[in-house]
Amino acid sequence: MKKKARSFRDSAKISLLYVFLIAAWQFSYYIFVEKLSMVKMYMFPSPKGIVYSLANLIGNDILLDAVLSSFRKMLIGFSVSLIAGILLGLLLTRSAFLSKAIKPFILGLQTLPSICFVPFALLWFGLSDTATIFVVVVGSVFSICISTESAVKNVNPVFIRAAKTMGASGADIYTKIILPASIPEFVSGLKHGWSFAWRALIAGEMVSGTIGGLGYVLLVGRELLDINQIMVVIIIIIVISVIIEKLIFGKAENIARKKMGQM
Amino acid sequence: MNIELTDVCKSYEDYGSVLSGISLEIKDHEFICILGPSGCGKSTLLNIIAGLDMPTSGSVYVNGHPVTGPSNDRVMMFQGQSLFPWLTVIENIKFGLELKKFSKDRQEEIALKYLKLIKLEEFKDYNVHKLSGGMQQRVSLARALAIESPFILMDEPFSSLDKQTINVLREELEYLWRSLKSTIIYVTHSVEEAIFFADRIVMLSANPGRIKKIIEVDLPRPRKIDDEEVIRLRAEILKELRYEVELSEEKSKIVS
Repeated sequence: MKKKARSFRDSAKISLLYVFLIAAWQFSYYIFVEKLSMVKMYMFPSPKGIVYSLANLIGNDILLDAVLSSFRKMLIGFSVSLIAGILLGLLLTRSAFLSKAIKPFILGLQTLPSICFVPFALLWFGLSDTATIFVVVVGSVFSICISTESAVKNVNPVFIRAAKTMGASGADIYTKIILPASIPEFVSGLKHGWSFAWRALIAGEMVSGTIGGLGYVLLVGRELLDINQIMVVIIIIIVISVIIEKLIFGKAENIARKKMGQM
Repeated sequence: MNIELTDVCKSYEDYGSVLSGISLEIKDHEFICILGPSGCGKSTLLNIIAGLDMPTSGSVYVNGHPVTGPSNDRVMMFQGQSLFPWLTVIENIKFGLELKKFSKDRQEEIALKYLKLIKLEEFKDYNVHKLSGGMQQRVSLARALAIESPFILMDEPFSSLDKQTINVLREELEYLWRSLKSTIIYVTHSVEEAIFFADRIVMLSANPGRIKKIIEVDLPRPRKIDDEEVIRLRAEILKELRYEVELSEEKSKIVS
């Protein structure tokens, strides 16, 4: 009870701090931009402007359409990445030769910013969603491949040996030992893969010149010199990232680790 | 039911010869302890019997069939934590039974029977990491026993526990074994433990591991550590072991 009361008090204090910061922001905007005109209006967003812009984007269904469009590309791209990444990762664990031959290559590709693939995507798929989806796939598939490989490799070998002497072989080892034992590490790998994919998506939408998605709405904000719209989209992107990364994947990871006694 | 090892040798590229010329017959319902100083290859020998490791030369036969890999007629209990942390206590015990394709009811019945034997029924739905080290090793024991395999291989199963717990678990295991039909092959570096359990003690020497001596322990059970006979035997074995350890140290000095 005491702990709950304290956590309530803390969140009240934190909310108050944010209210104060936003008020200070709005106040300085009023003084420096509106009254003294020291900064041009299109160069600086304001809380009030952001709220108006948000209401406008919601009212015109622009925001909903953009989020849906981004999610659609994200889902398709991430699913392809998942399947390809897991298969590739498992392949690496099966063959020492393959691992030696192509892992450095995969590690290299993983470090490459995914928008480097935009020119390829445009040449191969034209100005289409497929191009953006391609960027999402190459942005996350290598990360998922590497984390799958390491999750499988890090399974405690004594589990596999114990299972073997209890009569497990072949597929049993995979489904009954390696799969459940690697879940916590695999889920944290998924989390990373997801954030790579999400960044690749927004960058792809902005750079590829295709229409639709949050990245595109952000870009339109620049063309309209509407800095508040840019700010709204940035905030939405952050909110979605936090919800999915921390709340969904983070929670899944916590549950998995707790069940295994790793926390 | 028997296991027959003939002239088993094992060597690794980096360490050289680990085991050399091991010939041994293990009979039905026998408690056999493999005793030796650390680094004498006793765990390697157990792994070879389990089929988890293959000998470089020589042969291992179980009931006249050559060993080609691990099988649930030679279930192994490991030194450290080997319970599956993603399963509950009872699910761990059922693991081998499920692989035997037993019906759900039969699995439940057998698992409960062994949980009762190790006195952990009330913890059956616990996650294994919620249990103490001693309780975890008891669950490991139940998991191995539940398979009702003719041979149970144990690699210093209690060595990571505290002395108090070790004593309790030793007594429990010895008591359980007397009512079982299984043969237990038990690897240990503790002379005391070997005398407490064994019908026969196979003493290994180190560098490379060879059978130095096989000692029949024909003392009434349950044995007490402070029995005169036990103390006498212990002193005798310790003397031989000390010589063995000193010799192996000499050898490694010469090598380095």
